[in-house]
Amino acid sequence: MTDAALLHAMSDGSARLRARAEGEAARLPPLLARADQLAGTVLLGEHGRRRAGMGDDFWQYRPVQQGDSAAMIDWRRSARGDAQFVREREWQIAQSVMLWVDQAASMRFSSDPKIEPKADRARLLALAAAVLLVRGGERVGLTGTGLPPQRGRAQILRLAEMFSRDDAADYGVPEHRAMIPHARALFVSDFIGDITELKLALTKAADRGVRGVILQVLDPSEEAFPFAGRTIFESIGGTLAHETLKAGDLRSRYLDRLAARKDELATIARVTGWRFHTHHTGDSAQVALLWLWGAISGGTA
Amino acid sequence: MLASIGFAVPGLLWALVALPALWLILRAVPPAPIRRRFPGVALLLGLKDDDHVSDRTPWWLLVLRILAVAAVILGLAGPVLNPDRTQAQGSGPVLILLDGGWAGAQDWAARLDTADRLLAQAGRDGRPAAVLRLTAPEPVEFLSADIWRARLPGLAPNPWTAAVLPTLPDGDFDTLWLADGLALPMQDDLLAALESRGRVQVYQGGRAPLALAPVVVEDGALRLTALRATAGDARTIGVSAMGLDPAGVQRALARIDLQFAAGDAQATVLLSLPAELRARVTRFEIEGIRSAGAVTLSDDSLRRREVALIAGRDDREGLELLSPLHYLRSALEPSVDLIEGALLDVLPANPDVIVLADVATLSGAEQEALLGWADKGGLLLRFAGPRLAASDVSRAEEDPLMPVRLRAGGRTVGGAMSWGAPKSVAPFTETSPLFGLAVPDDVAVTAQVMAQPDPTLAERVIAQLTDGTPLITRKRIGDGQVVLVHVTANAEWSTLPLSGLFVQLLERLAVSSATQRPAAEELTGTTWAPVEVLDAFGRVTAADTLPGVAGEALLTAALGPDLRPGLYRDDARVMARNVLVTSDPLAPAIWPARVPVVGMGGASEMPLAGWLLALALAALAVDVAATLALSGRLRLARAGILVLALLPALPGDALAQATAPADDKFTLLATAETVLAYVMTGDRPLDETSQLGLQGLSDVLFFRTSIEPAPPIGINLETDDLGLFPFIYWPVTEQQPTPSGEAYAKLNRYLRAGGMILFDTRDADVARFGGASPNGRKLRALAAPLDIPALEPLPDDHILTRTFYLLQDFPGRHISRDVWVEAAPADAEKIEGMPFRNLNDGVTPVIIGGNDWAAAWAADDRGNPVFPVGRGQTGERQRELAYRFGVNIVMHVLTGNYKSDQVHVPALLERLGQ
Repeated sequence: MTDAALLHAMSDGSARLRARAEGEAARLPPLLARADQLAGTVLLGEHGRRRAGMGDDFWQYRPVQQGDSAAMIDWRRSARGDAQFVREREWQIAQSVMLWVDQAASMRFSSDPKIEPKADRARLLALAAAVLLVRGGERVGLTGTGLPPQRGRAQILRLAEMFSRDDAADYGVPEHRAMIPHARALFVSDFIGDITELKLALTKAADRGVRGVILQVLDPSEEAFPFAGRTIFESIGGTLAHETLKAGDLRSRYLDRLAARKDELATIARVTGWRFHTHHTGDSAQVALLWLWGAISGGTA
Repeated sequence: MLASIGFAVPGLLWALVALPALWLILRAVPPAPIRRRFPGVALLLGLKDDDHVSDRTPWWLLVLRILAVAAVILGLAGPVLNPDRTQAQGSGPVLILLDGGWAGAQDWAARLDTADRLLAQAGRDGRPAAVLRLTAPEPVEFLSADIWRARLPGLAPNPWTAAVLPTLPDGDFDTLWLADGLALPMQDDLLAALESRGRVQVYQGGRAPLALAPVVVEDGALRLTALRATAGDARTIGVSAMGLDPAGVQRALARIDLQFAAGDAQATVLLSLPAELRARVTRFEIEGIRSAGAVTLSDDSLRRREVALIAGRDDREGLELLSPLHYLRSALEPSVDLIEGALLDVLPANPDVIVLADVATLSGAEQEALLGWADKGGLLLRFAGPRLAASDVSRAEEDPLMPVRLRAGGRTVGGAMSWGAPKSVAPFTETSPLFGLAVPDDVAVTAQVMAQPDPTLAERVIAQLTDGTPLITRKRIGDGQVVLVHVTANAEWSTLPLSGLFVQLLERLAVSSATQRPAAEELTGTTWAPVEVLDAFGRVTAADTLPGVAGEALLTAALGPDLRPGLYRDDARVMARNVLVTSDPLAPAIWPARVPVVGMGGASEMPLAGWLLALALAALAVDVAATLALSGRLRLARAGILVLALLPALPGDALAQATAPADDKFTLLATAETVLAYVMTGDRPLDETSQLGLQGLSDVLFFRTSIEPAPPIGINLETDDLGLFPFIYWPVTEQQPTPSGEAYAKLNRYLRAGGMILFDTRDADVARFGGASPNGRKLRALAAPLDIPALEPLPDDHILTRTFYLLQDFPGRHISRDVWVEAAPADAEKIEGMPFRNLNDGVTPVIIGGNDWAAAWAADDRGNPVFPVGRGQTGERQRELAYRFGVNIVMHVLTGNYKSDQVHVPALLERLGQ
């Protein structure tokens, strides 16, 4: 192969890579925009009409202490007397919130073209919650070592990028390494696969004083099991299969197992001091976000 | 019954023996499984089926399948239901006699079938035959029956009844008489003559003849009378009023049921129709009967005059007594039918008179349509008014739709600021159509538009003031005319509308009640040319080659080859001649007892194969659905089955659906969500800027307000429906093509109906509004045919300054303050203590400016601005204000005068910090 041809092939390959990268990146803005808009609806409901010019919440005035810089002094308040005061704001100590969103194949399921896949809804909710948290001054990141909690708008972009990566595994497993003590956590998944890892993660979390929220996202068909006849059920990744001659007969037993699974999750959550909620992709994302926001902010306030 | 079933291929029936074998095979095969992706499978693992026996096909499905196969086998064996009959024997020639009148037309096919059967019989017996129609007698020639059978399809009935005795051939012959069922005037004579030659047998049957008597107007409703020859059981028939719909398509405009009571030969009903429909009805016909007697044509006598009232732009919340149409409505309502609506909407209704009250500018399409309508005999009555006085219509040269040229501004007499006393009306001259009307003393004119003294003026004046200035002028346009009253139609300029003269004047000019049918003596000496005539089946045929008919004959003479039922015209009058002239009962044919009368027709052979195969197909279709349901795939396959089932049934609809969607798709796209629209100018970069600009504005609306628009749409003024869009952005370039007349008509309709157009000349950095920049000139040319009200620079208290954001500047990429909107009414006043005037009117139809807003709004997919605005932070502020202006405009369009409501004043005052 001549040098020119090699160069040509290389530039061809890099062009392809860039096109792919741009295609991937193009998925980010809509997700971000939707998350932003979703988050916007919550702020409106929580705070009512905001007056112009008001910034962060005022908490209290406290006398100046050793180590406070002159810039921290609130001169308007201090001018009324002899002592100097510092204006303290609420949320001065930021919490770290760690997110885990299941990216596994089972989350890419949707029973109806009109209903979005579970993964999309999970990412949207997690990102909207992240937007709200960052707006509140918290640090947000992923569990594990991939993306440690940070604050700022740029972190949202990084999160959105991490969320756009699919996982090849059939059922997701929560990451429980490198948990920051006394942080908050948000786990979003369908929790249909094996949950021993989840139990482990939650136990470890409880040991380190981490509390948080488990949000189970299910497709409506997973709640209803509307199948009948001779059927071979396969997992999305294709690793599991189950054949039945009468799918309709399995319905009640499947529903029992699903209820048992939910019960189990609720029990673990109760024991470890977490909150648990089930959300269906057929319902409005806003309702779930409202619950999520209440659960997380209720825990951190 | 079973005995009459035969099989074409009986051998095939042996295949039925194989059915039990099929039963065994079908039972052995279980249904195939489906593969289904389902994450919940993790919870299913380990579950066992209760029933370990594999699912067998249920017995009823097997029965269904066996039934289907059995039906196929039986169907292919060719079963036929076939009764065979023979005719009475005889010898010698046979004469087949047909009445051939309109009453026989309704069962003509059955008559021909019977004749064919009789001829075939005669042919088998070797008898010569002849066929004779009494309504069109020809010399009888006895020929071989086969020759007559070949000629039969060419025989048609005639739309009249036979009245002449035919010349019969020499020698003896038997007669087979196919009678219509109505009594003939020479029936007894003919029967006697025929009986002297041989045997006579009468075939009479089918349905008793039905006929419709001419429609008469009674107390404003139409009296329909149906007659039947034999009074039998109670029966209900439907009568349709046929005519052209506004699209020019012949269709049933109304229908009504008539009920014959048992033993009654006549049924009557009153049909009340809106005048507009009544004017369109060309004929009434009994449904399902194809005969000239079942049709009655309508003519001038059913019509009532229709007057369309159109005002330039209604004062939406104006006072009733100031409405330009109030007095016209009150004067005309008792005597005519009024139509109101947009000009192009009422024109298809083809009104007799159109009244334009103070309408100045007409779009090209409207003018053309009006001219065409007037040319065909319409009367256009125009009233002057402030708008007409202020416009340039008929100023330099005479407008085709104005009788005279007008001087600029009109004149005012007897007002507070002018000399002289109000003028009164001079007596009408002898040449005027108004001659003879008394002029009341109290009619005073204080303002009027003035005619230019042209050479033609004198002959066009039909009423004038005491000082000789024209008050009413008139001009002929083809068959029609245009009349201009030089004062307003309300009491603003004169007291004319308040006086009784106004009503008389309208009567003389426009109004006349329905015309009566002329009496016989009036018609003496006139000749009526047939316009269109009916054949015996009630179909309309052209009458080009038929001669004229004397007037007196038209009314009463019996129908025949020279006088056919149809429409006849004499100059402007149109008169209909129907088969029935009066509603006298129909006389049924009565045969003496010695003549044998038999019915027509007979059961013919009927193949059953098609039915059986259809049954098999239906059973298989049910089998498909049942199989899918059993295996759980019905949900997936439902759509497919639906399509399969509908495809053969509705080929026409399916085709229509295949061709229609382009239009529907656009409509759906534009209406599923709120959509901002821009006019495509043909200049690609500019159109892209508009698209990006509106996209940017849509995004801002989406994030900040409860308006969540879909992506903007570029519209083509010529082809797209504007009514779907609340807001249209129209950037002006020099090169863009001027819209056609139809497009202007659409635009005017859009503006009158509350739409908004934002005109942007995009040159505010170099030109002021009204300046002679190229784009400004183009804007004037574009907007000239539009019906735009008076404009003013956007005042400080205009609603656009506070529909969402509080604004005082309206920058785009440029920061000119020259933004023009509809002028506030002159009487808007500021109430003490209120910051705004009380301006409770609707949405301004246009906003005109040149700040190049779209460029300031433009944002790419990621929300980044596309064009630079201003410099640095100031520039960003300017862009923000541009967005806010956009938000305010869209809010204004969608919420109207909501923020003008004084209820909001306290909240606004608080926000303004006062």
